[in-house]
Amino acid sequence: MLTGLTLTQARAGLTTRKFSARELAQAHLDAIGRLNTALNAYITVLPEADVLASADAADARYAAGTQGIMDGLPIGVKDLFCTKGVRTTAASKMLADFVPPYESTVTANLLNAGAVFLGKTNLDEFAMGSANINSAFGPTTNPWKRKGDEATALVPGGSSGGSSAAVAAGMALAATGTDTGGSIRQPAAYCGIVGLKPTYGRCSRWGTIAFASSLDQAGPMTRSVADAGLMLEAMAGFDAKDSTSSNRAVPEFHKAVGKSVKGLRVGIPAEYRAPGLPADVVAMWEQGIAWLKAAGCEVVDVSLPHTRYGLTTYYIIAPAECSSNLARYDGIRFGMRKDAPTLDGVYEATRAAGFGQEVRNRILMGTYVLSAGYYDAYYLKAQKVRTLIKRDFETAFETVDVLLTPTAPSAAFAQGENMDDPVQMYLNDIFTVPASMAGVPALSVPVGLNDAGLPLGLQVIGKHFDEETVLSVGGALEAAAGFTHVPSVHAGAGA
Amino acid sequence: MSYTIEGRTGTWEIVVGLEVHAQIISHSKLFSGASTTFGGAPNTQVSLVDAAFPGMLPVINHECVAQAVRTGVGLNAQINLFSRFDRKNYFYADLPQGYQISQFEHPIVGKGVVSIELQNGDVREIGITRLHIEQDAGKLLHDQDPTKSFVDLNRSGVALMEIVSEPDIREPEEAGAYLRKLRQILRYLGTCDGNMEEGSMRADVNVSVRKAGEPFRTRCEIKNVNSIRFVMQAIEVEAARQVEIWENGGEVDQETRLFDPGRGETRTMRSKEDAHDYRYFPDPDLLPLVLEQAWVDELAANLPELPDAKRARFQAEYGIAFYDAGVLVAEQAVAEYYEAVARGRDGKLAATWVMGDLFAALNRTSNSIETSPVSAAALGKMLDLIADKTINGKIAKEVFEDMVETGESPDAIVEKKGLRQVTDTGAIDAAITAVLEKHPDKLAEYRSGKDKLFGFFVGQVMKETKGKANPAMVNEALKAKLDA
Repeated sequence: MLTGLTLTQARAGLTTRKFSARELAQAHLDAIGRLNTALNAYITVLPEADVLASADAADARYAAGTQGIMDGLPIGVKDLFCTKGVRTTAASKMLADFVPPYESTVTANLLNAGAVFLGKTNLDEFAMGSANINSAFGPTTNPWKRKGDEATALVPGGSSGGSSAAVAAGMALAATGTDTGGSIRQPAAYCGIVGLKPTYGRCSRWGTIAFASSLDQAGPMTRSVADAGLMLEAMAGFDAKDSTSSNRAVPEFHKAVGKSVKGLRVGIPAEYRAPGLPADVVAMWEQGIAWLKAAGCEVVDVSLPHTRYGLTTYYIIAPAECSSNLARYDGIRFGMRKDAPTLDGVYEATRAAGFGQEVRNRILMGTYVLSAGYYDAYYLKAQKVRTLIKRDFETAFETVDVLLTPTAPSAAFAQGENMDDPVQMYLNDIFTVPASMAGVPALSVPVGLNDAGLPLGLQVIGKHFDEETVLSVGGALEAAAGFTHVPSVHAGAGA
Repeated sequence: MSYTIEGRTGTWEIVVGLEVHAQIISHSKLFSGASTTFGGAPNTQVSLVDAAFPGMLPVINHECVAQAVRTGVGLNAQINLFSRFDRKNYFYADLPQGYQISQFEHPIVGKGVVSIELQNGDVREIGITRLHIEQDAGKLLHDQDPTKSFVDLNRSGVALMEIVSEPDIREPEEAGAYLRKLRQILRYLGTCDGNMEEGSMRADVNVSVRKAGEPFRTRCEIKNVNSIRFVMQAIEVEAARQVEIWENGGEVDQETRLFDPGRGETRTMRSKEDAHDYRYFPDPDLLPLVLEQAWVDELAANLPELPDAKRARFQAEYGIAFYDAGVLVAEQAVAEYYEAVARGRDGKLAATWVMGDLFAALNRTSNSIETSPVSAAALGKMLDLIADKTINGKIAKEVFEDMVETGESPDAIVEKKGLRQVTDTGAIDAAITAVLEKHPDKLAEYRSGKDKLFGFFVGQVMKETKGKANPAMVNEALKAKLDA
């Protein structure tokens, strides 16, 4: 089954000419054709001819022995990465017809490595959301169903919900995601795949539509930990066009997987044992601890005392930055425009029609916390707390190599649940936000199913620029968990 | 305080501070690679960053930073090794990002000082509060279509320095002198061309009035005044307006105003209630700007000589007057010209020629120093001819005019026209004899005691020699002859 492979397996198959890149691409196009109506994982599917032409070029490179590390591998691209000549919407009406004349650095890197793009995956509008319900192009549906309840549509998580659903359902071998407060890790956990948020600065932000600049970070969403390492290798690297991009060398990340974790110190942050945490999540966490112990890790309790302020702080800083970042969508130069007799009228009409409710909420919150008289009480204080959160991690990492936590406080929930109370929705990010605030790398690995038959993920958080140790530990969890479940909606099912 | 306003309730003084926006000379914009050349066709010098396309990011242009540091050093100011960029958020059609990247809390340059000179020769020091770097906005064109405004983004993202003065200015004349001095320093440094007509230097003027000894009263800001004359006018009319309000028992509102030079008045542009809340916060797309002291030192060491230093050196080195030195250093090109003429020669004589005959000739022929028909080398050569007595001062004027007209070298003109000074005692004696013979009556008068006629005889001898005789030799020989 070509749609069920890992990147690593597919690459091996292509190298040995077991199948061609064209066959691989065609299988995925077919899967998308069959499943996208139900799942709505893609906003835009690239024209078949273009996809096959890219695949043919990859086949030619394999024949010539000049293939790159992602060569011929069909992947989805979150529709937040600008792709040259391909409509890029950010799942917003505002950009419904926006075709960038440029290619983001991350997607350009992937293209240079030979990747074959299948299309642009769905997301929460401007990456704001945790359930992929805030898309102007309709919600994405999780390919997983509760045991015995095929009828209830579950959310795939968000904001990279289209990417996670596509990878889980066999509509792409892997996909790019972006993570601002958990937008790679939480949907990865909800869809039973691997998601890696690298260290802030590891991947260039140039050409990726900004949500919150100090937090946004691109990363891979894959079926295995090794795949995440491989794909990150292709995505990462210094970019002079992004002042916050790091000039550190990019290691061969995939080689970190399979390395022994014996003797590594794994911290368990006490503050993540939140009251009311569901028993299945707690049990999975305990299981993870046991697996790592068995693999030779030393498990120690640590404290991240400012964890409880993470979410509030995040919901000040991220909206503040977004309120400014989204000011450019004004109807003047590109994107939607609603005409009105005055300039202010154009702004009001355009932005009211172009932005969905959640985006408007966050712009309002962000504008509020930056306003005269509130700045010190909200934004400035949040920045100070952010420094304390960072310091928590630095202190913890003086004694441990990685931290192990659940990725999310629950498994995927149903579309329609958690929807009347935005704060309830925001709580989904409670375990992922602190690592974003600190800028440290974090990986979600699927480790098992809960009683309802839904996947749960564990999160491995590492030191700045130490993705390798994170991947090693993630690999150990993956090996111990042996997670091979597939969702009920899947390209392989019934085919 | 020489400038005051006499009101019904007493004497008022004015308090003025200036915020000058100076466009940084650089090839490309502050955060993008687009060109900064003035006068390009609309929207031909716009990168995706300048137009704020989705996902575009700013990257600092280090040359602009260097220019700001040079300016800071030139303003005798503190250079802050740590500074930071902030976003100033507001919506306008000429502002693609919806925010201007500026430096709010941590400017690159701190306190400095500029000394200015007034007409009466008084020298005053005006404090500099700070200098920060920021982006310029685009331009709206309202005259292209009856119903639409067009946007030209060529200027969008061009680097500006905002130079803020302390409220140290007490007279319109001081404001003018400050702006001229600032422009002079910027031009010397090569950090801003100071061209107010093209808008590469613009001033916001903060004006308030108070009675002697009072704390500051409410100020108004007059935005975007684009000439030095208008700045001085705007201060006068705005101060008068405020005095009128206070004296009528009113209250001056803190607001932003515009100066209308046609009507000679200021008008409300934005009242305090409409003031923007700019929601400044650190730009998360940019790292703080951290400078190395060694780099700052290197920039400082390589600055050109600045006007005040040059003026002092001219006085000392060439023995010229303070005032003359001020005139000669006003523009860098003039100073260079002067120095090329004066070096190794009589500095005072060089100053007289440059400020006198040369400036007059430039004026008359509508030339600037850069396009002068007489090069510094040629003028210097002419001074050499005076020094070695080939020509005298009077003939020199004739030679100079010929140089202006023909562009020929002074030697060639002297040769061609036979203007070489007569130093032959025989020829001078012959001329004296001829003159005395022609004027026996005057000779008799002189000899009977009318000494004043000496000058008459000198003039006649010079005339006889067509002005070419060496005047000193004529004096000497004539004296001998007359008193014989």
